[in-house]
Amino acid sequence: MPTTRRQFLSLAGGVTIAGTIPIVTVRTLQATPAMLNTAIRNIVGEAQIRTGKVKLDIPPLVENGNTVPMTVSVASPMTANDYVKSIHVFNEKNPQPNIGNFYLTASSGRAQVSTRVRLADTQKVVAVARLSDDTFWQVTAEIVVTLAACTEEMN
Amino acid sequence: MAALINVPAKARRGDIIEIRTLTSHIMETGFRHTADGALVPRDIITSFTCRYNGAEIFRADLFPAIAANPYLSFFTVAKESGKFEFAWIGDNGYTSTASAPITVE
Repeated sequence: MPTTRRQFLSLAGGVTIAGTIPIVTVRTLQATPAMLNTAIRNIVGEAQIRTGKVKLDIPPLVENGNTVPMTVSVASPMTANDYVKSIHVFNEKNPQPNIGNFYLTASSGRAQVSTRVRLADTQKVVAVARLSDDTFWQVTAEIVVTLAACTEEMN
Repeated sequence: MAALINVPAKARRGDIIEIRTLTSHIMETGFRHTADGALVPRDIITSFTCRYNGAEIFRADLFPAIAANPYLSFFTVAKESGKFEFAWIGDNGYTSTASAPITVE
């Protein structure tokens, strides 16, 4: 039987409608606060983490999470007996909880590191410093992100 | 690969100097998908080191949360004339090096 115009149009219309139904896939790509704690414990171990000494300089409101300037500094005399060994930066809601580990020496002069980071969501960022006496100090900053990084589609 | 290094050409002995580095790299996170759903594989710089006349003075582990074209700034005490050597190591066998001289008076 030859296909009539009416049959053809109804068939084509059906295909078009089916084609426009969006296929939604939910991706669970966020780190959780539990992952943040685990990542911090991987570095710190069982040691106590005290609040203070560390300063996290990062904008509180970010328009573009793809590149966020960040400076971490630690109040330390940076002498041979009292210096900052390392600085570790973590996030709460990116797909991975780590941002960076930075290792300093007694001859660094100033315990300060700057870089640019990605933030996938409005979240908190935690910086932990390990001093030469193996004490740990931390600071937390809350950042509001209006355009997220990382998980968008590539064009 | 292209890297921008900013080190003071001259310093007095004992000065604290800032070193700033910028290198070009895509820093693909490994969490993004193309429009047809395929995962874009991770391609990042994972490690950066800076040596001052052979001795390591700064090292960093980088993660996908570091923005594209990684920028790093840090400090050191100017002790003697010589050179700073920088090395970036990453996924897929990526390596890149750069160096900068300094005169300490």
